[in-house]
Amino acid sequence: MEWNFAPVLGGMDLLLWGLLNTLKITGLALAFGVPLGLGLALMRLSTLRPVSMVSAFIIEFFRTTPPLVQLFWFFFAFPILFSINMTPFTAAIVTFSIQSSAFFAEIFRSGIQSIDHGQWEGSKAIGMNRNQSLRRVILPQAVKRMIPAFMERSIELLKTTTLVSTIAYTDLMYQANDLAQRTFRPLEVYSVVALIYFVLIFGFSQLSIMVERRLAKSGEGTVG
Amino acid sequence: MTELIRVEGLHKSFGTLDVLKGIDLQVNAGETMVLLGSSGSGKSTLLRCINFMETPTSGRVYLNGEAVGTAAGGKTRYKEADLCKLRTRIGMVFQHFNLFPHMTVLQNVMEGQLTVLGRDKSEAQEKSMSQLTRVGLADKAAEYPSRLSGGQKQRVAIARALAMDPDVMLFDEVTSALDPELVGEVLKTMRQLAEEGMTMICVTHELGFAYHVANRVLFLDQGAIHEEGEPQTLLRNPQTQRMKEFLEGHALFKLPE
Ligand SMILES: Nc1ncnc2c1ncn2[C@@H]1O[C@H](COP(=O)(O)OP(=O)(O)O)[C@@H](O)[C@H]1O
Ligand SMILES: [Mg+2]
Repeated sequence: MEWNFAPVLGGMDLLLWGLLNTLKITGLALAFGVPLGLGLALMRLSTLRPVSMVSAFIIEFFRTTPPLVQLFWFFFAFPILFSINMTPFTAAIVTFSIQSSAFFAEIFRSGIQSIDHGQWEGSKAIGMNRNQSLRRVILPQAVKRMIPAFMERSIELLKTTTLVSTIAYTDLMYQANDLAQRTFRPLEVYSVVALIYFVLIFGFSQLSIMVERRLAKSGEGTVG
Repeated sequence: MTELIRVEGLHKSFGTLDVLKGIDLQVNAGETMVLLGSSGSGKSTLLRCINFMETPTSGRVYLNGEAVGTAAGGKTRYKEADLCKLRTRIGMVFQHFNLFPHMTVLQNVMEGQLTVLGRDKSEAQEKSMSQLTRVGLADKAAEYPSRLSGGQKQRVAIARALAMDPDVMLFDEVTSALDPELVGEVLKTMRQLAEEGMTMICVTHELGFAYHVANRVLFLDQGAIHEEGEPQTLLRNPQTQRMKEFLEGHALFKLPE
């Protein structure tokens, strides 16, 4: 057999367009998922039992059900239930925002809980209320400790977005399928696509290692 | 003498454990009061009820003659916002400093002024620098707490509390976590504050500090005040067996002849 990349190069604009959409979905899911995750974590940590339980249920539900089932549910079932239209794009954003928020909630929760109780005491003693303590003292320290888990989860999210190709959203995976079928060159197409994902994710994780190192080096520790 | 803090019939229990069993005390402006008592006698709980880090089970606390909370049908109700405001007027320093490690020394001291009191930045900075000068650490303003010794951390914590312009300061065993050679610098800072007229309630095992600096000493045992008086008399002539035993346990402390 012989490698022939010419058809792939010819379809490169399609692939790049798909890549852009993949990044768009990942970015938007992060933009909604992170704050939503923080909200869920705060609810989960609430001393009001019903609030905490509702949040615990949502978190567990979206962490345990397969993301493909969630995506199909939001794309096919949800519109019937509420008689509205769902584009593949909207379904993808809704699904991945909520799905990743469940994971981010657990990251936030363990980050917040890892902070020494004395930090709450120190901030409370100078008159801060719970929100001020959280915003000024607890979260800035917790977020630093969360960075590795946060990066890992974002990478997982990026990989999971390939599922949107199944509801015909033109992400990188969808474009690859399309191109492979039209050019009869699955070998080259999927090789290139794998390489694109690899470069993207490898670059991302190198970046996160750099960020971690920089934070570790600056005098501001998270203990002391 | 103007009364600054008054505590009446204070009870505090955790579940079925009665920790404070009816405490009455009064601290006047400019006084330094030392609370003595063995471990577990309820000293920390008493301090924490005074600035409402813990909510008393019953009893009242008065600051400047004003009762904290509102009585409603036999119970006292406390609003969180009021308690936050109250805590800005009652500074507290802890055994383990509880400095904010992600902020520089200066930011630590400015934080409460900016976030809670809403002072503008230049005012907060000026105030912070003057408090850091007061505790002898102006040259450490730009450092992070992790770079300081225990004694320096504790003095920063004192400056952080002072920067809020509190009416009274609470100290909870602030030298207990320090290496012996660092205890002196913190006690010296506290003594200087007392001499400058700050009102203070100190839980400490440093009997020398109690003897030389306090105006009044209280001996707490099993959640009740057993003895109270001037340090020079009380530390030399304790009346109760419990306090005698407590003082004998501090063999290292020698009263001046
Ligand atoms: N938050 C709490 N929950 C339950 N028990 C507590 C709590 N805080 C203190 N206690 C108990 O109250 C008693 C007095 O504690 P504390 O006031 O810390 O004593 P001291 O400071 O004199 O050593 C101890 O038996 C301690 O275990
Ligand atoms: Mg204690």
